[in-house]
Amino acid sequence: MIRIGRRKLLKLSVAGAAAAGSRGLATILALGQAPAYAQGTTLHWLRWNDFVPASDEVLRRQIIPECQKALGVKLNIEMINGNDIQARTTSAIQSGTGPDVICALNNWPQLYAESVVDVSDLADDIGKAQGGFYEESRVVANDGKKWVALPWCILGAMLAYRKSWFEEAGYHAGQFPQTWEEYRAAGKKLKATGRPLGQTLGHTFGDAPTYTYPYTWSWGGKEVEADGKTVTLNSKATVDAVRFMVGFWKDAYDEGGLAWDDSNNNRAFLAGTISCTLNGASIYLEAKRKPDTYLTEKGTPMKDDILHSPLPRGAGGEFGYHLPMSNMVMAYSKNQKAAKDFLRWITSKEVYQAWFNSQQGYSVGATTVWENDPLWKQDPVMLPFRSAARSGRFPGYAGPADRHAAEVLSKYIIIDMYAKAVQGVPVEDAVKSAHEAVQAVHAST
Amino acid sequence: MAVVSAGSKSASILSRKRGPIGRLLENEWWLACLLLLPTAVLLGLFIAYPFVKGVLLAVTDAKVGIPGQFVGMQNFEALWHDGIFRVAVWNTFAYTAITTVFKLAFGLWLALLLNRDFKGKVFVRAFILLPFIIPTVLSTFAWKWMFDPTFSVINWILLHLGLISQRINWLGDPHLAMLSVIVVNIWRGVPFYAISLLAGLQTIRPDLQEAAAIDGARPWQRFWYVTWPLLLPVTMVVVLFSVIQTFADFQLVYVLTGGGPANATQLFATYAYQIGIGTGLLSQGAAISLAMFPVLLAVVVVQLLYIRRVEIH
Repeated sequence: MIRIGRRKLLKLSVAGAAAAGSRGLATILALGQAPAYAQGTTLHWLRWNDFVPASDEVLRRQIIPECQKALGVKLNIEMINGNDIQARTTSAIQSGTGPDVICALNNWPQLYAESVVDVSDLADDIGKAQGGFYEESRVVANDGKKWVALPWCILGAMLAYRKSWFEEAGYHAGQFPQTWEEYRAAGKKLKATGRPLGQTLGHTFGDAPTYTYPYTWSWGGKEVEADGKTVTLNSKATVDAVRFMVGFWKDAYDEGGLAWDDSNNNRAFLAGTISCTLNGASIYLEAKRKPDTYLTEKGTPMKDDILHSPLPRGAGGEFGYHLPMSNMVMAYSKNQKAAKDFLRWITSKEVYQAWFNSQQGYSVGATTVWENDPLWKQDPVMLPFRSAARSGRFPGYAGPADRHAAEVLSKYIIIDMYAKAVQGVPVEDAVKSAHEAVQAVHAST
Repeated sequence: MAVVSAGSKSASILSRKRGPIGRLLENEWWLACLLLLPTAVLLGLFIAYPFVKGVLLAVTDAKVGIPGQFVGMQNFEALWHDGIFRVAVWNTFAYTAITTVFKLAFGLWLALLLNRDFKGKVFVRAFILLPFIIPTVLSTFAWKWMFDPTFSVINWILLHLGLISQRINWLGDPHLAMLSVIVVNIWRGVPFYAISLLAGLQTIRPDLQEAAAIDGARPWQRFWYVTWPLLLPVTMVVVLFSVIQTFADFQLVYVLTGGGPANATQLFATYAYQIGIGTGLLSQGAAISLAMFPVLLAVVVVQLLYIRRVEIH
């Protein structure tokens, strides 16, 4: 991992500001004076609590002081549980006061398109400078007319699994199950030995949608047609997917997953109660951070027994949904210009690099330039994440990731379809009820 | 007579000395208005305004950041066809009814025990209040850990005692999840009942019990014919408050299950929050919230009428 000290970051910050190059920032920095707008300006940035604590430390200890030096802006970063960001956003918009910049997950920015500042100029510049945005980043932050948010990163979602346990079950290195049937068979063997697979089907922002959506697509299921209006969820492909899941859940999964949030599978995996789970790389990175704490049953560091793999393929193909994050500049903010300049500064390659490095591959960036970063040469276990975002589809497929898709996601309709079925609701009823709920969303304006 | 004349004279002088405001306040009606003003302002700001705002939102198609147009009863019609809303309605009634019965029974039992003389009475009474004193979010987090699908201490104990062979899925099974939120609500609510009913018990004169005992009444008869009728008005008020709070409960369920699994523990408040605040469909969220109002109004009216009748008798 490349270490960047405070001095180096300062240099990079200045270079970043120069790279940002607009509105005379470089000139202002060269003169050593803060911009006129920035005298006493405080920017409030609302974010989630990162699953890689080192990245929050970089923001607090390095980015905040460098922002003050580079832009003359006092940065106030508030970090909360990712599941609470939507509630905070709604209350901020309705009350007309709150954070100047909010870092949204998934395609939530589509829900707030009327309440955010157009950041198309920023997105165009950053995209051009950094090899273009991933399609997933673009569709969640662009409503078809303008950029409603500036993409920040994509968190790769991969299966993290215990190498030795899969080997004991007969799946040696390079032979990880490639299809859902194979994965189910492996999970059945593992569960029989007290090492089930683990997966949340609960109301939570990350692991639940990044599992259920690609799972549905891989069977050929989809919410709507490409026109974005014709709801096609209730199809043979979806019914097959849900029916398979019912048996799969009983055969292979830890059935407590129905009540899990995004952190439960991390805890369960690190405690050695599950053998495999769809996750960002946070499990591996935590095991790597504390090699003496997280040990295998043999007493060896667990980090050496973890590998990553994409989700298996089904009749419809192999897909992933990797969690996108993007920053919205709020329309009620009195510091819109400062907020946009801040985003231009922090997403410039030179400044973003410090944060990207601290992620150690947990985040793959929002632009393709990060695939070529030397970071990927440091740890082969993280290599599957490098280009993961290229295989990503987005909620709302085959239609756009628009407001309707964001509403379907926020209501957890697809996730609940599976959760209901594994709880015993007849498969056809669970799919029909989800189909009607998606129809109701699309029927609304 | 001379005294009266002197009094009238001095009152008349005082009246002349007072300004127009002073004279206005001589009028009881205006004085009453002035004294009521702070309360009226507070009620208006914090009760009436949000309520009216909620009603207005519920009849529009407002979304977060979009004021919306008037759509009449459209949101309520949509609720009628919403399966999750029906689950939330059923859950809310079941949750309120079951917890109220148990809270009343345990609370009354505890109050009767605490009303006796024993060593450390003050300490025990303070200790009993703990679940009620601890912030709900904090205590519910503790319960969440106890019901954790993987690390539940309850499961750990039962497994080690050999009473179960595999973990119980407390929060992942729809029925057990509902049972769990009910148990936690009862745990949290019993002290409120116990302390309130204890206060009621202490207002009952001991000589009534003694007289009944002398007349040969057994303990159960003394409770049923002496204690209970005298405790009933207090009980009704306590139940009234409790029903309102439980019916509109949010924190406990939100922290413990978030309404899951698959909406199995959604209540009015948690579902309204998910739709209105989480998804940003403000009008639909307001409609769900408002659906609670007629029920609560009916409960309040019936109970207040009953209390008045009991008091008259």
